[in-house]
Amino acid sequence: MKESHYDAVIIGAGMSGLAAGIRLAHFGKKVCIFERHNAPGGLNSFYSIAGRKYDVGLHAMTNFVPPGVKGTPLGKLLRQLRIDREEFALCPQKRSRVAFRDCELQFTNDFAILDAEVAAKFPHEADGWRSLVQLVRTYDDVALDAKPVSAREIVGQHLRDPLLIDLLFCPVMYYGSAQERDMEFGQFVIMFKALYLEGFARPLDGVRVILRVLLEKYRQAGGERRMKCGVARIVEREGRVAALQLDDGSEVTADHVISSIGYPETMRACEPSHQAEAEANTGALSFVETISVFRQPPAAWGWGDDTIVFFNDSDRFDYTRAADLVDPRSGVICFPNNFDYAGEGLAEGFLRVTCLANYEKWAGLAEPEYQAAKAAWLQNMQRGARRFLPPVEDTVLAENLVTTDMFTPRTVRKFTGHLNGAIYGAPHKVKDGRTHLSNLYLCGTDQGFLGIIGAMLSGISMANYHILQKG
Amino acid sequence: MTKEECRKLVIDIISDIVTTVKPDVRLRDQLQLDSMDFLDIVMELRKRHGIEVPEADYMQLASLDSCAEYLTPKFQAKA
Repeated sequence: MKESHYDAVIIGAGMSGLAAGIRLAHFGKKVCIFERHNAPGGLNSFYSIAGRKYDVGLHAMTNFVPPGVKGTPLGKLLRQLRIDREEFALCPQKRSRVAFRDCELQFTNDFAILDAEVAAKFPHEADGWRSLVQLVRTYDDVALDAKPVSAREIVGQHLRDPLLIDLLFCPVMYYGSAQERDMEFGQFVIMFKALYLEGFARPLDGVRVILRVLLEKYRQAGGERRMKCGVARIVEREGRVAALQLDDGSEVTADHVISSIGYPETMRACEPSHQAEAEANTGALSFVETISVFRQPPAAWGWGDDTIVFFNDSDRFDYTRAADLVDPRSGVICFPNNFDYAGEGLAEGFLRVTCLANYEKWAGLAEPEYQAAKAAWLQNMQRGARRFLPPVEDTVLAENLVTTDMFTPRTVRKFTGHLNGAIYGAPHKVKDGRTHLSNLYLCGTDQGFLGIIGAMLSGISMANYHILQKG
Repeated sequence: MTKEECRKLVIDIISDIVTTVKPDVRLRDQLQLDSMDFLDIVMELRKRHGIEVPEADYMQLASLDSCAEYLTPKFQAKA
């Protein structure tokens, strides 16, 4: 067999692709990951400007449970990838909240806090809340053959108060919904568990710690990896992938191909191209994020120890594509300083603010207007977010500010290849990962296990289900 | 290959899957093996020892004793 033949090729070196690669390489498969970008991580990567490292994507890792808690996605993931918990060096969050104009719910990694908040603020919903939580706890959210049902509909059978419903949906949607206004109930359950029943954590050095562990496991297992070389075309013949054309013009073949680049992106890469299928399932939701770096941690001037604040000040929480460049009515504030780093801490203060955005509007701007729009929205978004934080004088912030950065839907498109800069991918997920080609499978965002733990479990599940179980 | 040696090999595999096996806690108390883990035991048996367990026989791996009962002849046949 010629050298360019693999048992399995994986497209994309994000969390899901790396996890799939580790499984396959560990069990002796000849596997290669092709990644177009020069850095691994995909939607959860990092970059440096002027010697300062920034995370993209990851505010907090969800699905955190303390050591010893059994039967959760984090434990499953560690076992499947033969990773020691300590290697991820996870530090738990301090506390988070959902802050709406007239009501607020606090939550931490201890579900009892949220439970008590709901009981105190929505006593009339006590029974419905209890039955909803019970349903979430027992729901089989990882069944690969589950039929899609509306989360709004199911939650509406338990809860009546629109304010409570919106408060619960806000974080869940912001951290994973590729669908506008509603989401599939299985996805809601995955996120409800990941955020509320489990919790948030972060390594002191951010997402690169997790990526380093994955890369090292993959290397040790004997997996190959080619960076700055994406798969340009998936050539099909007789219902199978016959060959893969790479960005550098060369060609490789493989018994199995796992694509983590997204459903429409994969369909468009097929030769012949499946344009219609791609268009019918392309995500529309993208985000902007501003990052401000300060000389001191935000607690120094009274911003407290919130880890994440999900905010909204419209009458109903409206999770849709922004009509303008940015929709400042709702969003997410993240203070990476506010994790319990056990005596250590970040050298500088960070504030990240994320809002829904409109890809087409950003993509249509000429370069000078693009830069001007970024500068203007950086100010706007910070002002918007500060409505939900303790008041601080402008001068205090200005004196402390070191630098800022910002990413837009255009940045997402450029570095991840996601059409429309759609961070959570296609609205309709392909749970079993199957495509029209018998040896091409999807993993990652568009397979539909959410969050970075979900992404890794997606890669693991697809590698197990489609390749390893078949011997 | 005795049954005792066979048990030891299975424990080796499980200890690598559950990376933090504590010697002083009973195995079954710290394990909660699910279908993903069973697949792993089967695949590690193939990878390390060249032993095939057909899907119909997965039930035979339910406990350490039944593992020893089922696998020992397979190890002996290979030796």
